Order: sequence, then C-alpha cells, then structure tokens
Amino acid sequence: MHRVVKISKGLNINLKGAPVAEFTSVAPAKFYALMPSDFTRITPKVVVKPEDKVKAGDPLFFDKENPELQFVSPVSGTVVAVNRGERRRVLSVVVESDGKFESVEYKAKDILSLSADEVKADLLKAGLFAFIRQRPYDVIAAPGDTPRAIYVSAFDSKPLAVDFEIALKGNEEDFQTGLDALSRIAPVHLGLCACQKSAALNVAKNVTTTIFKGPHPAGNVGVQINKTAPVNKGEIVWTIGAEEVIFIGRLFNRGKIDFTRTVALVGSEVKNPSYSKMVLGAQISGLINGRLEEKYELRIIDGNVLTGKKTTADGYLGAFSNEITVIPEIMGGAEMLGWIAPRFSMLSTSRSYFSWLMPGRKYTVDARIKGGERHMIMSNEYDKVFPMDIYPEYLIKAIITGNIDKMEQLGIYEVAPEDFALCEFVDSSKLELQRIVREGLDKLRAEMC
Amino acid sequence: MKFLRNYLNKIKPNFEEGGKLHAFRSLFDGFETFLFVPDDTSKSGVNIHDAIDSKRIMSLVVISLLPALLVGMYNIGLQNALAAGTADTTGWFDMFVFGLLVTLPKIVVSYVVGLGIEFTVAQWKNEEIHEGFLVSGILIPMIVPVGCPLWILALATAFAVIFAKEVFGGTGMNIVNVALIARAFIFFAYPSVISGDGVWVATESILGFGSDVTVDGYTCATALQHVANGVEITGASGAQLSVMDMLFGFMPGSIGETSVVAIAIGAVILLWTGVASWKTMFSVFVGGIAMCFLFQYALPENVVAQVPFWQHLILGGFCFGAVFMATDPVTSARTEVGKYIYGFGIGAMAILIRVLNPGYPEGMMLAILLMNVVAPFIDYCVVQTNISARAKRLTKKN
Repeated sequence: MHRVVKISKGLNINLKGAPVAEFTSVAPAKFYALMPSDFTRITPKVVVKPEDKVKAGDPLFFDKENPELQFVSPVSGTVVAVNRGERRRVLSVVVESDGKFESVEYKAKDILSLSADEVKADLLKAGLFAFIRQRPYDVIAAPGDTPRAIYVSAFDSKPLAVDFEIALKGNEEDFQTGLDALSRIAPVHLGLCACQKSAALNVAKNVTTTIFKGPHPAGNVGVQINKTAPVNKGEIVWTIGAEEVIFIGRLFNRGKIDFTRTVALVGSEVKNPSYSKMVLGAQISGLINGRLEEKYELRIIDGNVLTGKKTTADGYLGAFSNEITVIPEIMGGAEMLGWIAPRFSMLSTSRSYFSWLMPGRKYTVDARIKGGERHMIMSNEYDKVFPMDIYPEYLIKAIITGNIDKMEQLGIYEVAPEDFALCEFVDSSKLELQRIVREGLDKLRAEMC
Repeated sequence: MKFLRNYLNKIKPNFEEGGKLHAFRSLFDGFETFLFVPDDTSKSGVNIHDAIDSKRIMSLVVISLLPALLVGMYNIGLQNALAAGTADTTGWFDMFVFGLLVTLPKIVVSYVVGLGIEFTVAQWKNEEIHEGFLVSGILIPMIVPVGCPLWILALATAFAVIFAKEVFGGTGMNIVNVALIARAFIFFAYPSVISGDGVWVATESILGFGSDVTVDGYTCATALQHVANGVEITGASGAQLSVMDMLFGFMPGSIGETSVVAIAIGAVILLWTGVASWKTMFSVFVGGIAMCFLFQYALPENVVAQVPFWQHLILGGFCFGAVFMATDPVTSARTEVGKYIYGFGIGAMAILIRVLNPGYPEGMMLAILLMNVVAPFIDYCVVQTNISARAKRLTKKN
C-alpha cells in the first residue's frame, strides 16, 4: 500500500463552470506561439527569423545562460513573427502551422538502458527539458544540476482544474515511459489523490507513490514535497507537470515531438465547459469562439483562476497551461455599502457573509479585488489555508523587508508563488502575495547564484 | 443609487491629480469607497478574491460594540437618576436619551479628531484611508468615565492616533492598542478626570433630560474602588449592588465597560464571525482566574485578593478588555501558540495589578498595554522554534 498523507488546512473554492468529462472537438489552430515569459527567468536568444521553415522540435530560442536549454516549436510550419516589447524583450515567437504536424525525427529508445546523462541530453535536444522546474526559486531547472528527487503531482486540486485521469486516457504507456526516463536521473515521487483509481497511476513503476487526502492545495507539488521530504538549503528538487511526463514518454516511445494536450475550457461564462485536444501554444480563438456567454465584460485567463494570466480572445495557450478559464471581469454595477450589505451572492470564507450556510453552492466570482490594499491586519488568515510547516505571514514579511537571512530561515527554499495563491485569495488586506513571493525568490536567486 | 454613482463620477476628476480639489483626494476617496465597492480588478496573482475586506471586518467590530454602548448609555441615565434620587419617577427612555446626550459629543469628538488626522495623513502619504480608526474611534469614548471633559478626550485621541499609530505607519503597523493609549494618556496626564470618586456619575441635566444632583460635592466610587477600600460594594444611590446589577452593568464605571451581558453579545458576534480569536479571549479568562486562586491562597490578609474570582471577572474592565481590547489582531500575538501565552499574561497581569497595586484599583488597561509590548517577543519565540527545527533538519542531513 502507498503511504497516505492527510492534509487538513486548505480550501476548496466552489466555482461554477467545472468541465464535464466530455471532449469537444476543435479544429486545429492556425497559429502557435511560444512565450519566453512562461519559462520563468530565462533570457531568450531567438534563433529563427520570420519566413523560416520549422518542424515540431526545431528550436525557436534558447537560454543565454544555459545555451543547451532550448525551446522548440510545437508544430511544423513557418515562423511568422518575433514579437518584441519594451527594450526589445521577446514577447513571443509565432509559427503558422502547415497543418501537417511533422516532427523532427529522433530514435525511439529503450529507456532502461540509458544513463542519467544520456536521458538529460535527449531531453535537452528535444526541448523537453524546458518543462522541468526546480525548487528552490521555482525557475526552469539548470541542466548541470543533479537533483535530490523529481516530484510529479498527478492531480490538480485547484478550482475548476483539469482531471488528469481524463488527460491520461490513451496515454498510459507514454506516461509510464516518461516516469521511467525521469527515474534514470533521480528518484521520482508521484503524488496521487485518494480519488484517482486509474491503474496506470496506482501501479506506476519506478516511482515512490504517495497519496494525498484533503482540500486544495493538496495537489500542489510544493505541498507534496513539504509533506514528504522538505527542501533544505543547498538541495535541489525538480518538479514537472504530469502531462509533460507524457510528452517525454512520446519522445522515447515514438521518436517524435508531440505536444498534444488535453485542454479544458472552464469558468462560469463558458457554455458547456468541457475538454478538447489541443497542441501547446495554440491560438485559443478557435477553442472559445461561440462558446462564451455575453452577459458581462469577460476576463479570459490562460491557466487556472488562481494562478493563470489574463489573456485576450486571440491569445495563445501558455506553455504550462492546460486550461482556459473565463470569468466576468466586473459583475453588476456600482455596489452600494458593500461593507455592511448582506451580499448573498458573494463567496467568502468569512462568516460575515452567508456562503458558509450553503457549502454545496457553486459561485460565480468576478475579477474584482473587492477591497483596498492594507497592511496585514488579521492574523491566522494565511495559516488556515497553508498546510506547509512554514509561517506564511512571517515569510511574507521577511520578503517585504528584504531580509535574506530571515527568508532562508523561514523556509523560502520550499515555496513557489502558486503555494501562496490561496492565501492571496482569502487575504482581507488584499496583498499581492504571489508577486511578493516571486520577487523574494528572484532577489534570493540574484544573491545566491 | 445610479444617480449618486453618476454624480460621484462627475465630480471625481476634481479630486484627481491636477484637479482643483486635489487637496481633498483622500476624503473623497474615503467616502466613495464607503458608499460603493471599488471596481478595481486584480492585475497580478489570483484572478478572484474572497469578498471579505478590512472595511467589513472593522464594521463588524463596531457592530459588536453597539450592545455595550447602548446599555452604557442607558446606564448613564440610570446612575444619574439614582444619584439624584429620581430613579422611581424617570422612565427608561428618558434615561437612555440622557445617556445618549452625554455620550454623543464624546463619540463625535473622538471621530472628528481621529479621522481628521487619518485623512490628513492619507492625503500626505498619498494612500487610501485605513479603516482602523472606525474601531478605535468608538472604543475611546467607551473606556472613559462620563466626567471626562471633551477637550481632554480630543487631546488624548490626537496623541494616541499620532504617536501610537501614524508614526509607526498606520493601521496594521502599530505596536500598542490605540484606544488604550488614549486612555493611558488621560490616566497619566490628567489623573483627576479618570480616577477618584467624582467622575463616574453624570450630575447635571442636559436639554431637560436627566436630573441635577443637588448634593454638594456628590461622589460615587466604582465597584472596584469599593473593593480596594475593603468596604461594601454600593451603587450611585448608596444601596448595595446585587450580582444582577453587576452582570447587566447597572453600576458606575467607564461608559461601555460595565455590562457583562452586552459585552457577551459582542463577544458572540466577534467569535462567530471569526474576527476575534477565541484563543486569546479564552486565555485572558484562564489567566485571570488562575491568578485569583493563587492570590486567594497566598495573600489571606489582602482584601482585594479575597474577593471571589467571579466578581473579579465581572467588575471593572476585565470583560471589556478581554473581548474587545486583547483580541485586537494587530497588537495581539499573531501566532496561534503565542495567543494562548499572550492572553494568559493579560488576565494574570490584570489581577496582579488589582491586588498588589494600592494606588489604582483597575489593572486591565496596563496589563493589555504591557502584553502588547511583549507580544512581538512571544511571537519571536514561537517562530524561532520553527526556524530551529528547520536548521536542525539541515544539520541532520549534513
């Protein structure tokens, strides 16, 4: 039997618009983009120019600091634009698909005969290494490092998240191969949810499986690391998304790059939220056209409602995103005396609202902050939804004051911005905690590396 | 609603940068966000937010204070009538209106002075108005005697807001409780208006309400003063106080502190909504009771020590302090373990001061202020255990 870890602190946010387990077919998109900002803290050097022909697997840009770390085209076709912003920062490289989905050919290999360095070299060459992130700092892993372990969370506990078992269907073999490949580099830890029954997950080989019970953030890989073997100073742990493990499996099983994902279109403003098969980086207009309600001004989010970025109707699926969420930007007009009105339609963890009376009710929540930013006033707000053995409030204060020693002592090596998403949601002082944590990690990295 | 919103939208440009009323930006901003929920949407991080904000939290605290305030107003009228010997002929409504007329100027002065400073600072620092003073502003009039002159109250409020809060960076950054600092200011600078026998009962009628106390130099001590003097506990009329009087708060004392029942209603609101920590509140009582028993056993000669523990808890400001002052999240300990220690310390210190300090019969204010100062150290120790556990994990690995 696998080890079971129970998590009591946390919060499941009940939102309207969860996906039903059905696939909606979507015509393949014409344009695909890779955005360097998705790959946290790399310095991109673009190697293609418009009009260049590429295949899936051909590099579009690489990281100046680790030149072997390359970021490859998800489809075959023609490069149409290298978009740049202020100070010539690369925003995106756009490829127009030729509709053939041809890949650079690699040799299919028997994983178990390969060494760690050979697996790394293959992943780097195929551009798959770019999907591996590391703790500390929550940045793209450095190929030269030897991690203590690799963590894969096979479930997402965030609100309106994709059910990985649906994405896994038909990809079981590739998933196992991916795990095998990673296990050549370092011991692999697989985190499962008690609700997952799939055999491919429960009897996965070459991994240490742990089952996590409890509310969100039980599915966050950071929580899973903290509850099994926390990251110490000087240690490096790699993390990779479960679906990206499938990409690795496809490389070794078929010798091809295939970035086909299971993407969910979710949120209260989506008619019939469901799943679709899409290739990473695809333009989302084809997915959302005709499927959105038009009652309010909409916010289209590339990714999850807690961690995703605001995008536009002609934006692109981010490299790490497996869902597009659509919620109202502002619901209803000027709301009077909100500080005292009963506001029955509001979702809140506070008992000064009434949502605690209806735990099963699903809510439509808009993007309003619903309050002004203040200094931290209430205590124990973050702790209630933060299951790690860390004092979140004190860590945040250490980051705000720029106290590097305190950040280290309080466990900043163990966290990523996403671990603070729930704290940010419940915070009555409305502080931008994920941004603060990101800045803290960057500052520490600049000092230490 | 729509008309008001449109009107605000119309005059808003005047208050923005370059507008002719820019000097009142913070004031406009304060009123606008008070009337309407701001429509700002999230720019980074989470795309959705919980509906709770500090305005609602502070409003809840004010609501929870209302029962104690209303009973306090009635009690002012009652004590006045008892002192004048007209209790049998005065109706409860008249008593309440008299109390209202006595209290209202104090509330107005406290809010005008405090909010005036808040608005000025917000304007100067180009920040939003912080709501913290909504609570402090109602607390300050509730913890002073009826006899406290308005100018002293204004001075104390200004001192507390500037030196206990704004110099530290505003709401959320203060070390000690703002309302208690206002009270401490009066206590040390103008002791005659906050202690002694002459300030606890209103003796002059206002606008035809209440009665003039005709006895020259009328005095009436609080229950705790009677306890400290070792005499029978009597009320404004000179009759002995019953336990019911003590529970419902029909006795001389600071305006809001006397009624245990009204405070209990406030406590239920605070605990139910989770605004106050039950850990702090509970351990204040545990600390107080523990100290009572200790002294009862250790000091058989001391009259205050021999008062039964339940009487210690229902007299003076013990309940009020435990429910509304000790639980202030900003100045209290912020770690969960720390809250037990912090609360226990307040309860124990309050009784310690009552029993061992012959100069002043009440110890709650000083106990809370002292523990406010100690709270960061308590938290430091609690957080340090987490830090050393992490450091130990590292050395174990190496």
